[in-house]
Amino acid sequence: MASGRGDEVHRVLDAVWRMEAPRLVAALTRIVRDVGLAEDLAQDALEAAIRQWPDAGIPDRPAAWLMATAKHRAIDALRRRTTLQRKAEEIGRDLELDRAIAPDLDAEIDDEGIGDDLLRLVFICCHPVLSVDARVALTLRLLGGLRTDEIARAFLVSETTIGQRIVRAKRTLSEAHVPFEVPQGHDFEVRLASVLQVVYLVFNEGYSATSGDDWVRPTLCEDALRLGRVLAGLVPAEPEVHGLVALMEIQGSRLRARTDAAGRPIPLLEQNRARWDHLLVNRGLAALARAESFAGAHGPYLLQAAIAACHARARTGDETDWPRIVALYDALAQSAPSPIVELNRAVAVSMAYGPEAGLELVDALAMEPALQAYHLLPAVRGDFLVKVGRFDEAASELARAASMTRNVAERNLLLERARAAGEM
Amino acid sequence: MRVIVLAKSSPESEGVMPDPQSTESTEGMEGMEAMGRFHEELVAAGVLLATGRLHPSSAGARVRFDGSSRTVVDGPFTEAKELVAGYWIWQVRSLDEGIEWLKRAPFDGGEFEIRQIFEMPGYMESAP
Repeated sequence: MASGRGDEVHRVLDAVWRMEAPRLVAALTRIVRDVGLAEDLAQDALEAAIRQWPDAGIPDRPAAWLMATAKHRAIDALRRRTTLQRKAEEIGRDLELDRAIAPDLDAEIDDEGIGDDLLRLVFICCHPVLSVDARVALTLRLLGGLRTDEIARAFLVSETTIGQRIVRAKRTLSEAHVPFEVPQGHDFEVRLASVLQVVYLVFNEGYSATSGDDWVRPTLCEDALRLGRVLAGLVPAEPEVHGLVALMEIQGSRLRARTDAAGRPIPLLEQNRARWDHLLVNRGLAALARAESFAGAHGPYLLQAAIAACHARARTGDETDWPRIVALYDALAQSAPSPIVELNRAVAVSMAYGPEAGLELVDALAMEPALQAYHLLPAVRGDFLVKVGRFDEAASELARAASMTRNVAERNLLLERARAAGEM
Repeated sequence: MRVIVLAKSSPESEGVMPDPQSTESTEGMEGMEAMGRFHEELVAAGVLLATGRLHPSSAGARVRFDGSSRTVVDGPFTEAKELVAGYWIWQVRSLDEGIEWLKRAPFDGGEFEIRQIFEMPGYMESAP
């Protein structure tokens, strides 16, 4: 059947494209110094493959074919621009151009500098000149290999919205003349924090959807985990990168255990630990050990991973080392102070030293402006109130928490607990 | 999704092939380096989750179940047509991506099987 061959070409091309797109865009951005143009050129190479492969057959080295085709297009584009503008800066780039014109396919695929180019692309996608939403969309598109419609579905917004967001982001980068470089010194720390934030946002969007009926969208977690692992390879000397990977691996290990058959969320301590993904647990603990092997103060991702590891190491909920978790939250409150960390610390304190101690801490948070719309404050307070036997107050706190969350599964769970507290 | 890649060998070739890390074959060093590079690529792409090579079946055993009785049969499993010699577990977006990665592996012989792993360990799922 004629369409059989076409199907195979299409499938191979789709897979190779997703694997290679970030490397293509990174290498092309080095040549043309513009992410938007680089992506257009990469798309041109893809379209050339769509036209040529069905007749000519799939090349032996499809990735190298795409890279060579894309680079030639980039050089053509640059030559056209150079002829038009004859700018001194462009002529000065000729040396680099000659290096880019590599007829040898082996050289194309074994490009030693590709890791550096990818890292530069990472920093561009997460550049502070962009809004956080734009950073997330651009990162998923250019580094995660996701299509616009896939990003839109994952974030429950329209494809047009995401498409425009990406177009605007590329224009902003172009207009701001954001350099294709790895930042240095103090700037590196700040910019890396932005990269880690974007990756963790993607993970969390998948881990606990902020709205809608789906409790988890695990593929986003997988995308974030992959990005994190790639990043750990690109900047292996950064403990916070390994810390973030460890945190995501360990949290990801609980994905299958945190909902019941009806899709209702199961709290951590009630989860069946046999259902945790022990491959991910072990990977997470290994990444944490790597993060902890560096000297210096522990950053927020490493500390959160260390807390997650306390749960991962406990064979049953009863074996959890709560005093150590409290100590880690103390360190986290110093390293990255926030009302949410204080709230989590209160939970740990209640587990280590009793609900009264926890209640005292959450009561102190009641007036915290940042937590006024945060459903977990009344949810946690309601829990503590149940434990100290103040059931009526507990029921109204839990009902208030239910009215504050947009997640349907979570709201139902909170309402159930409110009813149970009311009947005690 | 996750896939497992199974390296197969016959009872005759067991422990001989595929063994990219062996230094005994003539192309040992080269094969080892190529394999090392391939592994680095898998790690750099965030694809490789776990890997392992198996000792020959002479060092293994089989446990046969029949009702409540269990029979232990020591290796080697000479009657088998093919034996698992090693495995990779990969995180990929599609089976096609897994196949593309597998095609890049630096082997010049042998057969490899790639299979999707069910996402819900511990729970029975019905096959499609």
